[in-house]
Amino acid sequence: MSLVTDLINLDLSDTTDKIIAEYIWIGGSGMDLRSKARTLDGVVSDPKKLPKWNYDGSSTGQAPGEDSEVILYPQAIFKDPFRRGNNILVMCDAYTPAGEPIPTNKRHNAAKIFSHPDVVAEVPWYGIEQEYTLLQKDLKWPLGWPVGGYPGPQGPYYCGAGADKAFGRDIVDSHYKACLYAGINISGINGEVMPGQWEFQVGPSVGISAGDELWVARYILERITEIAGVVVSFDPKPIAGDWNGAGAHTNYSTKSMRNDGGFEVIKKAIGKLQLRHKEHIAAYGEGNERRLTGRHETADINTFTWVRNFLFAAIIFQNSEISVSAVKIQQIS
Amino acid sequence: MDVRSKARTLSGPVSDPSKLPKWNYDGSSTGQAPGQDSEVILYPQAIFRDPFRRGSNILVICDAYTPAGEPIPTNKRCRAAKIFSHPDVAAEVTWYGLEQEYTLLQKDVKWPLGWPIGGYPGPQGPYYCGAGVDKAFGRDIVDAHYKACLYAGINISGINGEVMPGQWEFQVGPSIGISAADELWAARYILERITEVAGVVLSLDPKPIEGDWNGAGAHTNYSTKSMRNEGGYEVIKKAIEKLGLRHKEHIAAYGEGNERRLTGKHETADINTFKW
Repeated sequence: MSLVTDLINLDLSDTTDKIIAEYIWIGGSGMDLRSKARTLDGVVSDPKKLPKWNYDGSSTGQAPGEDSEVILYPQAIFKDPFRRGNNILVMCDAYTPAGEPIPTNKRHNAAKIFSHPDVVAEVPWYGIEQEYTLLQKDLKWPLGWPVGGYPGPQGPYYCGAGADKAFGRDIVDSHYKACLYAGINISGINGEVMPGQWEFQVGPSVGISAGDELWVARYILERITEIAGVVVSFDPKPIAGDWNGAGAHTNYSTKSMRNDGGFEVIKKAIGKLQLRHKEHIAAYGEGNERRLTGRHETADINTFTWVRNFLFAAIIFQNSEISVSAVKIQQIS
Repeated sequence: MDVRSKARTLSGPVSDPSKLPKWNYDGSSTGQAPGQDSEVILYPQAIFRDPFRRGSNILVICDAYTPAGEPIPTNKRCRAAKIFSHPDVAAEVTWYGLEQEYTLLQKDVKWPLGWPIGGYPGPQGPYYCGAGVDKAFGRDIVDAHYKACLYAGINISGINGEVMPGQWEFQVGPSIGISAADELWAARYILERITEVAGVVLSLDPKPIEGDWNGAGAHTNYSTKSMRNEGGYEVIKKAIEKLGLRHKEHIAAYGEGNERRLTGKHETADINTFKW
């Protein structure tokens, strides 16, 4: 196989100016990632200068068979940690040939909101803590767990090290460097409470770029686990029982929140969030009712609570040494 | 459909195919000549860089002739090249974009790569352009092939995972006239060589698995200068009408087994139906 590896790692920059661009988009389920690659004549660093592309939406549950063309608009460029050189990953969103965002395209509206001058002026920061579980291929049982049985109860695994406590660190560490290489603002990683479960964080990033960076980080993780022969699951509660779920705690702040008097701004914002709890939770993805039980470091899905300085409450606050307030909103989504 | 090759040493680098020596091979070993008169001559037609040997080493696409200089019956390239070099055709700058689909099979078992032996994967849906160990089978081959072809100087324009798991596609083009074909065959050869190293079987069969599984075709994109210019859509419609008149003859020339692929299901039209 080493000849195959040599070819995969070939540095083409001495032989050609051409580069390979892997266009990435979100499929019809809202969580499945799709990608395909094309050759470009030379290096491109501005997404606006990349060509639009198309794909068969009937194969991803995003268009009917008799009218299946969906158009990809390039939105963000990252360096390709697999092909290296000048090759790139391109995060895209999806439109009809007439130029309308398709129904599953949430990015379009979000980007509009983020580009509103009032929003831009507030410089909204996102820090997203993506938890995930590694599963054994074919079995769909967590990595490192005995087949047909369970590991010892939660306790030793959170940030643990050792063959009996940390399962799959090679994936986590290669993902960390791959994301840094790609230009993603990955801020950290840690082993989680449930064995075989891990977390990486993206941010603080501003506005829509937090979304783009998170999705590309998820894509890179999917590609690395593919090579490692392991399944990555973003399911919020992969194992029922006395085992933690996997969420995406979202840290958020605006300029006003970070300035003097910011705590009052934060309290006002929390008051507003409370008014639409049900609508918000419904938008945060499927399956959260299995995770948000009120146990295993969660709040019950129907309950909106906030407390200052408690790590596991619905919303916590943190006054840093430089007197900047950060709102950490436990993802009720 | 079987690609054959053998290597020889040359005294120094050559970049012009017409400067390469002609060669010969034993046609009775490839079903191309009788045993008692088996010499077939190879005429070099196109040079590509060898992604396996690298350096100044080359791959040479050839076509086959009798010692008397006649193209042997299976040599389709000779006639095609004549047509492409006709001044009227050359003036139209005919572009081809070829989408070659293919299936990767486990060695010995001849069951698709990644499929459980004696069983089937989950139904089609997650695999098209998918990523993840349960959705994409054999990406290392596909990615190695992409770079190898770019290195070789083939105009490979992209790759994607296909609807059936273990099935992939690469595209060659847009390339002009006969070079589109030379590049496609060189790309097929490179894929055969890479799967050989990877221990996996390459299949270009149009319908490798019966049932609710997509086939593997080679969608061909085509245009001429007139089609690409103002008023081109009318030129296209005229050309389509002409194609419609000889549908049966054309289909018969497009290779064996397409009746198993072109059923009207799985994103195909029925083989007897011509529609646009």
